[in-house]
Amino acid sequence: MYVRHLQLGSFRNWERVDLPLRPGPTVFVGRNGEGKTNLVEAVGYLATMGSHRVSADAPLVRHGAEQAVVRAALRREDRELLVEIEINPGRANRVRVNRAPLPRPRELLGLVKTVLFAPEDLVLVRGDPSDRRRFLDDLLVSRTPRLAGVRSDYERVLKQRNALLKTARLARGGALATLDVWDGHLVDLGSQLLAARLRLVADLVPHVAAAHAQVAGPEAPLAGLGYTSTVPLAGDGTPMTAGTPLPDVAELANALRERVAERRQDEVDRGMTLVGPHRDDLVIALGPVPAKGFASHGESWSLALALKLGCLALYRADGEEPILVLDDVFATLDTDRRAALAAVARTAEQTLITAAVLDDVPAELRGTRVQVAGGAAFVVEDDTVLEGGVR
Amino acid sequence: MYEGAVQDLIDELGRLPGVGPKSAQRIAFHLLAAESADVGRLVAALQRVQAEVRFCVTCFNVAEAEQCRICRDPRRSEDVICVVEEPKDVVAIERTREFRGKYHVLGGAISPIEGVGPDDLRVKELMTRLMNGQVTELIIATDPNLEGEATAAYLARLVAPMGLAVSRLASGLPVGGDLEYADEVTLGRAFEGRRRIDA
Repeated sequence: MYVRHLQLGSFRNWERVDLPLRPGPTVFVGRNGEGKTNLVEAVGYLATMGSHRVSADAPLVRHGAEQAVVRAALRREDRELLVEIEINPGRANRVRVNRAPLPRPRELLGLVKTVLFAPEDLVLVRGDPSDRRRFLDDLLVSRTPRLAGVRSDYERVLKQRNALLKTARLARGGALATLDVWDGHLVDLGSQLLAARLRLVADLVPHVAAAHAQVAGPEAPLAGLGYTSTVPLAGDGTPMTAGTPLPDVAELANALRERVAERRQDEVDRGMTLVGPHRDDLVIALGPVPAKGFASHGESWSLALALKLGCLALYRADGEEPILVLDDVFATLDTDRRAALAAVARTAEQTLITAAVLDDVPAELRGTRVQVAGGAAFVVEDDTVLEGGVR
Repeated sequence: MYEGAVQDLIDELGRLPGVGPKSAQRIAFHLLAAESADVGRLVAALQRVQAEVRFCVTCFNVAEAEQCRICRDPRRSEDVICVVEEPKDVVAIERTREFRGKYHVLGGAISPIEGVGPDDLRVKELMTRLMNGQVTELIIATDPNLEGEATAAYLARLVAPMGLAVSRLASGLPVGGDLEYADEVTLGRAFEGRRRIDA
């Protein structure tokens, strides 16, 4: 799929911008602080209803405005798709698809597929487990939209259960009488989430390994993925292969239920839920060693890039062609990695690239440019200004 | 901002559920322009609600006497009790005219985040009613959300030793709707709760 037309209103620094886009690579070029990333951030928002840079929606709305609007006309297998999002910080967003309002904004998830790679993605390798869980869950929801409900219900159960455990710690033995009830919800939703994550990691493994070999070269150690859980699993944390047998939801529910029972006293003592997929982690390995703590800066970059290119390959294996967004990454890659990334970017149906310096972007991707300067964005092709919009 | 009394009225109205600042302003100016007799009736109605409405000593529904209209009605069965979260749920079920038993209003659902546990609900009172021996069936009609389900599961466990018939309202497809418009969760529940057709 590709974005044919992007329109923003009061989004970040853009009061208004109206931009026709084409399939193939497009480079957004301009000096720092002009708002290049803001343009591609809006494309990412269409897919995840979130930003890759901030966790809350408030910074996305232009200073002084009450709401921001992202409107995109996309083409997906020769069909037109018009998505309109009204971002209302502190209130529910409103979403329309082909002019019809969605009863719940969440239903948009999974419709627009993007793979976004940005400097922030280094946290996938070096950051906290929560960053990797978010990566897995966002990808899960995009591939299986039904899980958006499971994910948000699980988070709600967790909040309720933690609140209960906190009050239980302050004596009142009676409060624990309802803990069994929340355990039931936790096990039911947690096992569904866990099963889906394990399936996803197993699906990702061959794609990430292949992408890593392409990015880091054939001599580099094999990139592996594993999953480490608070629920006892066979082969916990060790790299999976495509053929790794996976437990089903019922088995996981039993294991989770047992573990919750075992840890009950610890949970009461500490006043929080200690067992469940919210405490798990994706293990990224380089050869025999875990990447976190062992991989060099360059190796970490390669792994982060391989993870994202692995997502792209996974979507393709599902029969989807996502929009590839490369936010400010070419400047930080060496020549070989640039060439490897360019080779993939060339094959994508649409690649949106941001760069402060055009020369950082490999020549074969430079055909169409969007010049961002002085509060305006213009489409330039072969040095001729075609069309554009003003901020 | 408006002058004293008007702004006070807008602020008070704005604290009501479902009334935003714009609506509060509209209602306030509507009241300013209204006949004083109309406003008088509204004031009287508000004061009467405060003074006269109480909660039924048996089921905790809103009542104007010691007991509510439903608990006093001799034609209604004493064998079945339907448990709901709020008095407005009683009204909703009454509209169906399907249920001829009595109610029990819990006054909310279990929600540790809001500090609501079983002791904050009318659970003890429910147990006392169930213990008198006449009740044979309990229908749990709490909301079909996480908190409502948790409350239902808790009550079901609590009354299990009493040997009553306990049921939970079914969830599934809306009547008169289209299958294609149902969300996955609802449709999944409808599948789980499917019924055999007796031909």
